[in-house]
Amino acid sequence: MPTVAPLDLEGHVVATHFLGETPFFATAAGTIHRLDEGEKVSEVHQGLLTCIKDPFSTSLLTGGEDGKVFRIAADGTATLLADIPRKWISVVAGGPQNAVAYAIGKTSYVRLSDGTVKEFAEDRSVEGLAFAAKGLRIAASRYNGVSLHWVGTTAPAQDLEWKGAHTGVTFSPDGRFLVTMMQENALHGWKLDGKPGENRHMRMTGYPAKVKSLSWSVKGKWLASSGAPAAIVWPFASKDGPMGRAPLELGTRANIMVTDVAFHPAEEVLAIGFIDGMILGVRLSDEKEALLRRPGKGGITSMSWSADGKRLAFASEQGDCGIIDISA
Amino acid sequence: MTETSTPKPVPVTVLTGYLGAGKTTLLNRILSESHGKKYAVIVNEFGEIGIDNDLIVESDEEIYEMNNGCVCCTVRGDLIRVVEGLMRRPGRFDGIIVETTGLADPVPVAQTFFMDDDVRAKTELDAVVALVDAKHLPLRLKDSREAEDQIAFADVVLINKTDLVTPEELAVVEDVVRAINPTARIYKTSRSGVDLARVLDQGAFNLERALENDPHFLDHDHDDHVCGPDCGHDHGHDHHAHHHHDHDHDHHHHDHGHAGHDHHHHEHGPMSPIHDVTVKSISLRGGEMNPERFFPWIQKITQTEGPNILRLKGIIAFKGDEERYVVQGVHMIIEGDHQRPWKDGEKRESRLVFIGRDLDFDKIEKSFLACQANASAPMPA
Repeated sequence: MPTVAPLDLEGHVVATHFLGETPFFATAAGTIHRLDEGEKVSEVHQGLLTCIKDPFSTSLLTGGEDGKVFRIAADGTATLLADIPRKWISVVAGGPQNAVAYAIGKTSYVRLSDGTVKEFAEDRSVEGLAFAAKGLRIAASRYNGVSLHWVGTTAPAQDLEWKGAHTGVTFSPDGRFLVTMMQENALHGWKLDGKPGENRHMRMTGYPAKVKSLSWSVKGKWLASSGAPAAIVWPFASKDGPMGRAPLELGTRANIMVTDVAFHPAEEVLAIGFIDGMILGVRLSDEKEALLRRPGKGGITSMSWSADGKRLAFASEQGDCGIIDISA
Repeated sequence: MTETSTPKPVPVTVLTGYLGAGKTTLLNRILSESHGKKYAVIVNEFGEIGIDNDLIVESDEEIYEMNNGCVCCTVRGDLIRVVEGLMRRPGRFDGIIVETTGLADPVPVAQTFFMDDDVRAKTELDAVVALVDAKHLPLRLKDSREAEDQIAFADVVLINKTDLVTPEELAVVEDVVRAINPTARIYKTSRSGVDLARVLDQGAFNLERALENDPHFLDHDHDDHVCGPDCGHDHGHDHHAHHHHDHDHDHHHHDHGHAGHDHHHHEHGPMSPIHDVTVKSISLRGGEMNPERFFPWIQKITQTEGPNILRLKGIIAFKGDEERYVVQGVHMIIEGDHQRPWKDGEKRESRLVFIGRDLDFDKIEKSFLACQANASAPMPA
């Protein structure tokens, strides 16, 4: 039976991530809470807008209302990477070789490990950023599509066009697919390794609400998403991705919306967080469900598994966070 | 969608007006005067706002067409992001003010608060306030459509810089504003010196409040239609929860045919003394309506004429219904709800105003009147 160790924080908690075995929680007010032999608190931002785990290192990246970007190490040390007064920085991404991307208005920036900053002008405001798994390449999602830039060159961007506003972007772990979240309750995907002339578009629609959370399963066979009263899980194992195939609907509850999804780091098990604070764990092979947390005060904003996959940290809109131990 | 807690939505005021009309002066007053309230302000540029306030957010206007084939379904993508960020810490402010650039179209700003579910769940559009430079309005109307759109779309119009024009010039400007928008409250000011209670917390889009206690609604014949700075009208302040929210937003194909402008127009609204005005209003008045005719009619009108309709507002009396029904709309978005019981002695009539361009007044009026309960037979809209 899973046990829940609660952690009550003040106000909206934007994100939670494990760095190794240490859970971190980032509040909208700008504090970072770290559970490492007791609760350690540091004030990082005057208003925090985003906090992600750098997929290429053991650190967090944050952006705030104060126009700052920080890297936060596993011991809690915060390093200032960018400082643009009076601008909100709500999108950041981590890349290979300690590169960090962030965006302000219609410009994407990539800061290299030596401190050099490269600028990429976009046609429209940047809403999402992601680095490809291989090579120093970023994708910037925007209105009417995504622009791909090789950071090391001045070659023009490769533009992937699709009408509408693309509010977030992710590469599949194997780099074969690019998927965006859209303003109009849909996902859009591109097959990046398609032959010329081949239909490269993937439309994933039917959501009753905007998709705000995506999670790839181990090895990228599945992509889970929020935005419905069930986790919508698209199959990406075949060479054409989910085209012509129906998604799985896991953890279905009548009218209670899924707000966050997080795949286990080693097993095909999905944690599903709901708007009422409930969390379910579902095994894909037999769709067996386990209740991991009962409903709480606020909707689940973020979940993260420990490296060993035995603990799940969760954060909520109302500050009622915690750690679920599923090993017991 | 189920919410575990539903706090009161935060009111949003939209300030429009050309460069130099006095928006910054008004903003500085809102931010500095002691009225016991705090506002988060979303601006395009910090510009001349002389107040250092960490709740002033700079944002690039980013207009998104919704991917549903409807050209008038536009929202401001940057506002969605900023409002989402602000609303994570709602305790910091009592309201949000969105200042638009001089040339901005106010419609995407307003539609953001109806069309984005997340924004709509946490905020409520309070009013659109347009500042007009009394001296330069005639020139603005000649060289742009935006100045006219801003007035046509507003709930409150401040005719500012009145000290720079003669009483005769001011009277012309008033007539122009009234001709473009017969339903807005108008205040004449210099140096944006309006009582802030006439600008903030107006509830203009709140169906419960919008048309209540507004003695002027649709009454164009009265000379006292323009309020001075000391306007003492009771602008009611009751807050009730919406019981239900119609959000009809089906999109059929739109008729964009603008050919044949030579059909004769009947001027149902007051005439503008300036010929450059292209926005017109149509005021309809009828008896008790048959809901089975009225709802399909208004849905059809807003679907086919949506791109031409800037605003619509109305109070509808349905036969056999003891409550007033209020409707309001922006382009194709239309909302309606029961407001309150009819009072004893109150005349049960239906009134509806459209503000827009290229509307076929005769056709709309005829088809509206055909929705009356005592009309002989339904007519095609």
